[in-house]
Amino acid sequence: MNIDRTKTKSIRAAYGKALVELGKINENIVVLDADLACSTQTAMFGKEFPERFFNMGIAEQDMMTTAAGLASQGKIPFASTFAMFATGRTYDQIRNSICYPQFNVKIVATHGGITVGEDGASHQALEDVALMRNLPNMTVIVPADCKECEEAIKYAASHQGPMYIRIARTNVPDIFDENYKFDLKAKVLRQGKDVTIVTNGETLAEVIECANILESSGIEAQILHIPVVKPLDNDTILEQVKKTNFVVTVENHSIIGGLGSALSEVLSENMPTFVYRIGINDEFGQSGEQRQLMEFYGLTAEKLAQKIEKKLREIK
Amino acid sequence: MDKDEIKQLENLCKQNRCEIIKMIHSAQSGHPGGGLSAADILTVLYEKSMKNFPEWDKSPSHNERDRFVLSKGHASATLYAVLAQRGYFSKDELLSFRRLGSRLQGHPNTHIPGVEVPTGSLGQGLSMACGIAMALKLDKNPANVFVLLGDGELQEGSCWEALMHAPHRKLNNLTAIIDRNHLQIDGTVERIKDINPLDAKLKAFNWNVIEIDGHDVVAIYEACENAKKSDKPTAIIANTVKGKGVSFMENQCGWHGKAPSDADCQLALEELA
Repeated sequence: MNIDRTKTKSIRAAYGKALVELGKINENIVVLDADLACSTQTAMFGKEFPERFFNMGIAEQDMMTTAAGLASQGKIPFASTFAMFATGRTYDQIRNSICYPQFNVKIVATHGGITVGEDGASHQALEDVALMRNLPNMTVIVPADCKECEEAIKYAASHQGPMYIRIARTNVPDIFDENYKFDLKAKVLRQGKDVTIVTNGETLAEVIECANILESSGIEAQILHIPVVKPLDNDTILEQVKKTNFVVTVENHSIIGGLGSALSEVLSENMPTFVYRIGINDEFGQSGEQRQLMEFYGLTAEKLAQKIEKKLREIK
Repeated sequence: MDKDEIKQLENLCKQNRCEIIKMIHSAQSGHPGGGLSAADILTVLYEKSMKNFPEWDKSPSHNERDRFVLSKGHASATLYAVLAQRGYFSKDELLSFRRLGSRLQGHPNTHIPGVEVPTGSLGQGLSMACGIAMALKLDKNPANVFVLLGDGELQEGSCWEALMHAPHRKLNNLTAIIDRNHLQIDGTVERIKDINPLDAKLKAFNWNVIEIDGHDVVAIYEACENAKKSDKPTAIIANTVKGKGVSFMENQCGWHGKAPSDADCQLALEELA
């Protein structure tokens, strides 16, 4: 499996287009944004269906609770803003007014992770998956490419319940083909006996390239892509990890509370396994160009390969 | 309203107050002060002003109901007493209030017939009511939305986001009633963080503002009728007395979240008889 970096596409645009398509077939779909409609790309829906698009202004708390009210009457609200403001600022609203009553609100947050770039730490949500994952009734999805994003959005519209979908600001390469169908399962994208690399979101492309680099050093890596962090597909995880007994988790998120934590939880209770968590350590981000930041925080394919090789030498 | 009707409504208010006291006494937990200040408002809303069907989602007219949101969710005992009085569920269930396994949780949730949205964390009910009002407008449903807020609750910044939002969207199907009892847990609203001049603030935010005596059933009814005709969202400032109806609870912030003892309960019920 190879990644073509010369052809990257906006995952946010994929979201915007998917919304427009859904709007055409389901008139219960309404969209809310908090003055970032051009960035999150919900503006596409707003242009097509102005009567069902609500720009709530710079008032994220009001946006989430208004979405809850709309959902209580049978609407299917998609509420979008940057991951930073969509979670931390509105945690109480999401907890009490969306998750507690199991309202059918879809929170689609863009600009998740370090690759927000130049805006720096104040805008880099590195804790959002952790915040959403601990809420009862919440489904948490982190798609890796445009196709998966589009399919996840369709899935969200046709399945009842609160969902948090986290997408990156980054333009991403294609990974899945037109036949890809989204479900809650973990996906084995490559088999290998030496290490299971678990990831999701924009780091999947890095992990695929990383596995190719490792192969040239004689290391056979299995890739387990987990777009659905909650509910976690424990069965597939246990079945696959059994084959390697060494797990590396890679995420564009804090190593506390996200995918790495989720894997550690399920493995420690069912099949104690060495888990090496790669992500952003317990610290805030900083300004920089997207690729520079990925490099600096050790999330590029080359850096990942170096870290994993080193760790393998340490533990063997 | 004729004299008999007024008398009948006032009687129901009294009965509901008795239930509030009994529930909080039985649970040895709850919020009598703000529950009693809101008793007349909620009774008039459900008995007179709002179109409502106690069969709830089993009613063929369910979609025509006026919607209600108790943003000050700690007045749950009042809401439950009023709903039971209307027949949404049995009055026998009231004494399960706040007990393990009960539907009648400390703060309202959507498992209870009659409850549209859960509340309890202050500052969220008005936004949800706006969302409900927007959904009704999208569906061209002429039903009204009523939401009851506490005056102390208005210290939550999120309330002001919603107060800005409702007139912006011309949500004239929305009426926000403010239970203006001037007391919060730690003291008077004026001393803790003053929200005055409330009427001027709401007017400046482009609301249709009506100020009434929140214990006058006729005034409550008429204000709600006026609100239904307004071309703007309406804010009713209902001046109330915290603990209204029980002399030793009136205007005492100590009774915000304290349960009456056996003796207190007996005395309160005697006063209300």
